[in-house]
Amino acid sequence: MSTFDTPFARAGAEAGKTRAGGARSGGARAGFRLTLPGRDRLLPYLVPVAIVALWQLGCSVGWISSRIMPSPADVASAFWTTTISGQLPEDVLVSAGRAFAGLLVGGSIGFLLGIANGVSKLSEQLTDTVLQMLRTIPHLAMIPLVILWFGIGEESKLFLTSLGVLFPVYLNTYHGVRNVDRDLIEMGKVYGMSGWTLFRKVIFPGALPSIFVGLRYALGIMWLTLIVSESIAASSGIGHMANNAREFMMTDVVVLALVIYAVLGKLADIVARALERQTLKWNPVYAK
Amino acid sequence: MTVITHERFHPSEAVEFDESPAVTAGAGAAAITLSGLEKSFGANRVLRGINLHIPAGQFVAVIGKSGCGKSTLLRILMGLDEPTSGELHFEGADGAEIQPNARIVFQEPRLLPWLSVADNVVVGLAEGIEKKRARAEAKAVLDEVQLAEKAGEWPARLSGGQRQRVALARALISKPGILALDEPLGALDALTRISMQQLLNRVWRELGCTTVLVTHDVSEAVHLADRVIVLEEGRIALDLAIPYPHPRRHGNPALAELEGRLLSAILGSEGGH
Repeated sequence: MSTFDTPFARAGAEAGKTRAGGARSGGARAGFRLTLPGRDRLLPYLVPVAIVALWQLGCSVGWISSRIMPSPADVASAFWTTTISGQLPEDVLVSAGRAFAGLLVGGSIGFLLGIANGVSKLSEQLTDTVLQMLRTIPHLAMIPLVILWFGIGEESKLFLTSLGVLFPVYLNTYHGVRNVDRDLIEMGKVYGMSGWTLFRKVIFPGALPSIFVGLRYALGIMWLTLIVSESIAASSGIGHMANNAREFMMTDVVVLALVIYAVLGKLADIVARALERQTLKWNPVYAK
Repeated sequence: MTVITHERFHPSEAVEFDESPAVTAGAGAAAITLSGLEKSFGANRVLRGINLHIPAGQFVAVIGKSGCGKSTLLRILMGLDEPTSGELHFEGADGAEIQPNARIVFQEPRLLPWLSVADNVVVGLAEGIEKKRARAEAKAVLDEVQLAEKAGEWPARLSGGQRQRVALARALISKPGILALDEPLGALDALTRISMQQLLNRVWRELGCTTVLVTHDVSEAVHLADRVIVLEEGRIALDLAIPYPHPRRHGNPALAELEGRLLSAILGSEGGH
């Protein structure tokens, strides 16, 4: 059965073994540098913890005026009181709801346009120029117009976040579809794939890494847009909470709002990364 | 596309250098007839009147220098390119015109990196085959190319030779009547290439499919093919039968002599060799 068992093949196997052995001893040498368990996990948090500690020290000693910057302990207590009162959970829910509604609407439109323009020449000729022009307008510049159109209701926030996330998702989806390996598409066609099957088995998975880049970029824009639109035109949400607190000089609540934004942003990114890792595990770049 | 029931390939009982010279054509094997085939890309005439008949089950190697039109010929055969003029016919065992089940192995493996090795092989089957059966067939073909234990791996984890074996398994799973090989071993190292040649020879003998191998390796052509065609500037310059039984051993003096003749035929126009 084994046609590979020629003297040549055996010599090749021997050579392979020696090579592998060499690599192993090299690895052992590198292993002498002892690592603490979990060191790589803890290291990224070292600098943020140090900053918070310095900040607390500065406030306690009196270097920093509490009217300019509240101490971390003050922010923590603001977190506690607003949580107990139920105001914070409510505002977080409202903001997160707005953010993801915007992502869903804008992301879907961007995704569908990106796919359509990547696959169809006609669709690209019809819409790409318009999209490229709209893309260059800073979407936040539309706030005055949006307030005139929708007032300060939910529609204005949904419109702005959707508009903000649409373009990064569109551009990266389009780019991903256009850059799927032509050789793989040709292979798919020779092996009898066409239309939906070709899309599902070759084009979409090939574009996925680029689509994820667009998604993570869109998450950043999503929070940014929401913060700005909530500070300017809202009667609920974290942005409104911060803006309200400013009127009463409650710096601790203002800073708390910033911290909440940072945490929500990081959480969204963690979820996107996990999703990316799960769907792209075939790619050696994402393999653990 | 016709769905072909798949039985496991029967390991050949053939002993080295047995007396039977020719391989019997397999069930779905098709004969190929090209008449007056021309192909131009703009002003560039790549193929200039190719007339060729390949009987069912024959292993033909097409060799020639870069740009002689050998890859274009294969692409036309696979329907990847349309000929500018001329005709292309496929005939079944009864002589009637058929649409053959043709499969190709490219120079690069072209595996889908997001599918496991087994799922990549399943790509070679027609749509709509029950998943469980498709998996079982993929396993059997992977066993044939000696990669059964890699069925669940990602292609990225395989070596170049292993990836090309998966590509071969993908081509073989539907038991093709015509197998087109576009320099499939060109990117492999010398030792892997020899094992792959033995593998190609074995599966061809077992399947009996009409096989067209495009290569620039004269030794490979002589060791694998029943017949070698030399293309030169879009024309058939030489059509040589290689009447030796399979499998052929490397270092056979008769083959070495043929190899020399072919080399001088290819390089002759430059006054080389």
